[in-house]
Amino acid sequence: MIKNITNLGDAALYCNFGEEVNKEINKKVINLFKNIQKIKINGITNISPSYNKLIISFDLSETNFQILKEKILNIKIEDIQNEQFENIKIPICFDEEFALDIKRLSSSFNISEKEIIKKLLEKNYYCYMTGFIAGMPFLGDIDKKLRFKRLETPRVKVPMGAIGVTEQFCNIYTFESPGGWNIIGNTPKKVFDKSNTNDPALIKPGDTINFFKISKKEYLNWND
Amino acid sequence: MTKAYFEILRSGINTTYQDVGRNSLYHIGIPFSGAMDKRNLLISNKLVGNKQTSPAIEFALQGPLLRLNNSKANFVITGDVNFNIIRKNSIIEKGNCYQSYVLEDSDQLDIISTNRSVYGYLSIQGGYKIDSFWDSYSVNTKAKIGPNNGEKFSNNQKIFLNDIKQSFQKKKINYLNSKIEFIRVIKGTNYDYFSEKAKKIFVSEEFKVSKLSDRMGMRLEGGKLENIIDTNIRSEGLIKGVIQVPADGNPIVMLSDHGTIGGYPKIAVVISADYDKIVQLPPGSKVKFKLIDRKEAENLYKLYRLETENILNQIQ
Repeated sequence: MIKNITNLGDAALYCNFGEEVNKEINKKVINLFKNIQKIKINGITNISPSYNKLIISFDLSETNFQILKEKILNIKIEDIQNEQFENIKIPICFDEEFALDIKRLSSSFNISEKEIIKKLLEKNYYCYMTGFIAGMPFLGDIDKKLRFKRLETPRVKVPMGAIGVTEQFCNIYTFESPGGWNIIGNTPKKVFDKSNTNDPALIKPGDTINFFKISKKEYLNWND
Repeated sequence: MTKAYFEILRSGINTTYQDVGRNSLYHIGIPFSGAMDKRNLLISNKLVGNKQTSPAIEFALQGPLLRLNNSKANFVITGDVNFNIIRKNSIIEKGNCYQSYVLEDSDQLDIISTNRSVYGYLSIQGGYKIDSFWDSYSVNTKAKIGPNNGEKFSNNQKIFLNDIKQSFQKKKINYLNSKIEFIRVIKGTNYDYFSEKAKKIFVSEEFKVSKLSDRMGMRLEGGKLENIIDTNIRSEGLIKGVIQVPADGNPIVMLSDHGTIGGYPKIAVVISADYDKIVQLPPGSKVKFKLIDRKEAENLYKLYRLETENILNQIQ
C-alpha cells in the first residue's frame, strides 16, 4: 500500500501512496491515518492525509525519522469500518448574488446554468481531505462536464460559505479567504464550528456529501 | 478586590498570546501556531518563574504600550527589543531584555520595537487570566481560535493578570541571540523539479525577505528558481519550515500559522534547529541557504536542545 516513506525535513515522514487521485488510493491513506490515530505513537504531533500522501509530523526531541519509519512500517493495519464515516447533506443557494462565476462558465463552456446546477446536484461526493483553511473539504469527483480550470487571477476574498469547483473537485470555503476556484453557489450551513469543540469540522476525510438546492428565502432563514 | 490588568494604550502591529503550540489538528485544517521563536518563549517563562507551557504575549516589530492598573507586576521581555518603563512620576527607565523588572501600579511599559529581528516576548509572573482552547493558549487569527476570541490585540482592550501569592524575585541572564551566516535546509520532496541552475542559485545566492511576510509565511525575492517538471503538484500536507516555489519562481517559507494543504513544489525544508532563527529575519534582510543531510540536521537539533537546556539551567 505505501509505495515508499521518505523524510520531509528532519521532523516529518512523507508516506507516498502513488501519483493517481482516486477513491481507492485515498481510502488507503485514510485507513493508515485512522490506524495511527488510534494507537497513539509517542512523539507524533500531527498527521495530514491528502489525495495520495500521508505526512506524519513529529517532535524531534522525542523520536526521529528512523525509529518512526520502522514503527509505521510495522503497524498492524485494521480495516476501518464504514460506520466511522458519515453522509452529510449540504444546502446550496444558487442565487445570482452567490453564483459569482456561473454566468461566465455557462457562456465559455456552452453549458446552461440549469445544467451546471443539475449536474452538481445529481452526484454523491467523497471527501478526500480537509484543510488549507480550517474545515475546508476537498470533494470529488464532479461530472466531467463541470471540470473547469482555476481562475487565472485568484480572488483576494472569496466569501464564507462559497461553493467552488475546479478540475475534478469541489469545495466549501469555511472562512472568507483568498482563492482561485470557480464559485457557483453558497451554503448557509456551518461547515466549521469552533463552538462544537469535540467535532468542529463537519466534513472529514472519508465522509460522503450530497448537495441540495435551497431558495434565497430558505438561505436567509437557515438555522442549523 | 479590584482586578489587576494592563490597559492597552497602543496594541502594536501583531500582538497575540502564544505558547508552545497546538497539536493534532492538521487533518481538519488547523496549523500548529505557537511562539515563532520557541527558545525565547521558554526563557521568558523561566525568568518570571512560569511553567514552560505558559503563554506569553508575542509582539512583532512594533510592540504594545501598556499601563498597569490595580497592582504591581514582575515582568520580563526576551528577544532583541528596545523598550522603556515609564514610571508614574514620568521618569523613563530604559529596559534590558532577559532581566525581570517590577512595575508599580500605574506604571507604563512601552515596547518600542525589535532590533534587527521580528519577534519578542513579554511574560508576567503568575501569567495572564485566559483560557486555553484545544489544549493551547496560542491565538490563530485565521481560524479565530484561542484566547481573546482568536484575535490580535487592539487598542483600549484590557489584559487581566492572575493573582499571585509568591513574592517577586529579580532574575536575569546574559544571553545574546546569535546571528547566523546560513539557514540550513534539507532537500524537499520536489527538489528534482528544479533546473540545475535553480539548484545552484538556491544555495549560492542571497534572497531578500519581502515585506509580505507574516506568521503564515515568509516570501523571499532573489534569483528566479526555474521549474523544469511542473509548477503545481497534487495538493498535499504542509509543515512549518517547508519552502514552496510557485510558478513565479520566488520561494515562500511556510511559518507557524501556515495553511495546512499546499500545491506548490517543495524545494527544501528548514531544519528544526534553525527555525527560531529564520523567523527572526526582518523584511529587507538577506538570507542564504545551505543544504545538509538529515543525519546532520538531527545532530544539530540535539545541540540546539542542549544549548536551550543550558540557558534555562542558568536561571535559578
